[in-house]
Amino acid sequence: MTTLSPAPRSMEPAVAALATAVLLLFFIGTLGGTVRSGITSAELNTFSLWVIVLALAAGALALLSALSAFLLALRARKETAGGNVLAARASAAQSRQNTFVTWGFSVAVVLAFAFTQLLLMNDGNIQRTFLQWDLMRASAFDVARAFLVNIKLAVISQVIVLAFGLVLAVARMAPGRAGAPLRFMAVAYIDLMRAVPAVIVLYLIGFGLPLTNLPVISRLSPDWFAILALSLTYSAYVAEIYRSGIASIHPSQWSAARSLGFSYVQTLRYFILPQAIRIVIPPLLSTFIALQKDTSLVNVIGTLDAFNQAKFYASSSFNLSSVTVVAILFVVITIPQTRYVDWMLARVAKRTRG
Amino acid sequence: MAFIEVEGLQKNYGPHEVLKGVDLQVDRHQVVTLIGASGSGKSTLLRCLNALETIDGGTIRVNDDVVSGPGVDLNRLRRKVGMVFQSFNLFPHMTVEENIAVGPVKLLGEPRDAALQRARELLKRVNLDHRASYYPDQLSGGQQQRVAIVRAIAMRPEALLLDEITSALDPELVAEVLNIVRDLARDGMTMILATHEMQFAREVSDLVVFLERGRLLEAGPPEQIFGNPKEERTREFLRQIIEAGRL
Repeated sequence: MTTLSPAPRSMEPAVAALATAVLLLFFIGTLGGTVRSGITSAELNTFSLWVIVLALAAGALALLSALSAFLLALRARKETAGGNVLAARASAAQSRQNTFVTWGFSVAVVLAFAFTQLLLMNDGNIQRTFLQWDLMRASAFDVARAFLVNIKLAVISQVIVLAFGLVLAVARMAPGRAGAPLRFMAVAYIDLMRAVPAVIVLYLIGFGLPLTNLPVISRLSPDWFAILALSLTYSAYVAEIYRSGIASIHPSQWSAARSLGFSYVQTLRYFILPQAIRIVIPPLLSTFIALQKDTSLVNVIGTLDAFNQAKFYASSSFNLSSVTVVAILFVVITIPQTRYVDWMLARVAKRTRG
Repeated sequence: MAFIEVEGLQKNYGPHEVLKGVDLQVDRHQVVTLIGASGSGKSTLLRCLNALETIDGGTIRVNDDVVSGPGVDLNRLRRKVGMVFQSFNLFPHMTVEENIAVGPVKLLGEPRDAALQRARELLKRVNLDHRASYYPDQLSGGQQQRVAIVRAIAMRPEALLLDEITSALDPELVAEVLNIVRDLARDGMTMILATHEMQFAREVSDLVVFLERGRLLEAGPPEQIFGNPKEERTREFLRQIIEAGRL
């Protein structure tokens, strides 16, 4: 004779889910109604109506799921009474599943709906300030063209950072007493550059170097000052990434190469770096994305990048929609890269496991 | 004059003395086996012989040339004395044949094609020519270790140091690796090996050396060490091995 432990609790959660769904519908109706009453333009009026209808439809789906949870909980109760504990367990499990779906879905609907209402609040002022379509369209072409400057600054800096970061990393790991001064210089540089905000470096270089009257250097264009500042700053970060990659190669690889007769430098070049660089590609790309975003800092030294261009439009129209265009452009180039990094990380994880 | 001569070798890790004055002579074409408990200094001794560890006392001579102390061209020494490790240590970013050819190409200046050709010939001798273009992680442990041996041989060393090369292998893969060592012994390769495979040590060695806490306690032909050891500690060590069913 086996004693079956009872089905999990399902009735109370299902009732709570029903309450949640009803509350959700009530929330949509109240908030939507209040915000709508402050809207005067006909265009926004229609828009807000559509948003409310969509939200109510989503709320109805949540209610449906909660109802199903409730019915299943009822069935589980009946099956328990009838002595069929195994069937009751299955029904209760399904009921709880639907309860959780109701909750998760409700949270998402609340957040999304609240966000749209925020845009529409105060007669659509938020929407008008940040997302005015005609202003976005008017500035889009010039801003996008100026965005090419951001891309140029990013790409050139990245190439420099790749090389200089590696030099720093190798210097930081230079062996023995002869390497001590190199190590010291590299550590000092990396600490310093990681401590000073990029915008300060940019400011000092962009406004400081022209005042020095040095040959060539003080007459570089603002673009090159920007590239110099970004490269100097980000090389410090990238050096640390390279270093972590080199350190992650097992010491037995050094033993194997040295035992064959390879020197320190040869071992680094043929065996350690090729493996280390493969490992650090994903974190390297993450840092590069940060660098790309920081190209928008160059507006402090007057380089005409997308942000600076957008600010001209913003100050002439007293509206920030053109700056939103810059934000969108950064999102558009960044998201594919972050997804690519995720994909690569997953691949590395699979490889090292496999 | 013996080919490899070790005199009063000392090695410390911080305050911990790992080797406390070891003397050892190995003639050309001799196979010497180091046995002893874990931590007795077998691996450290081998790593010192290949200068992978700095030493704290004593001298090492190879071919009548002092190779310990400052000012020695260690890279040249290591080309003459090859080493195979417990954990294979193949280069994972290179194919099997590249693993083998990289030393001859970069260090001995052999043309790439010739070195790869020779790598495949050597692989054939260990029945792995069909794996030449595979990557190490696509091979079994036994196959990887055979490649590691071939990689060391490809440098045409005058002696080989084998550091517990079967300890990381599944039992059924041990034989394929030991067979290669057997072949090398028959061909007259000078070898020093640290091992826990007593049966194999007994069969292949000219000299068996028992290390105990950083000292060379007893050395002699295998019949003597395994059949009639003089030292009580050697006897006890072998009894434990027999109890574990390993001899």
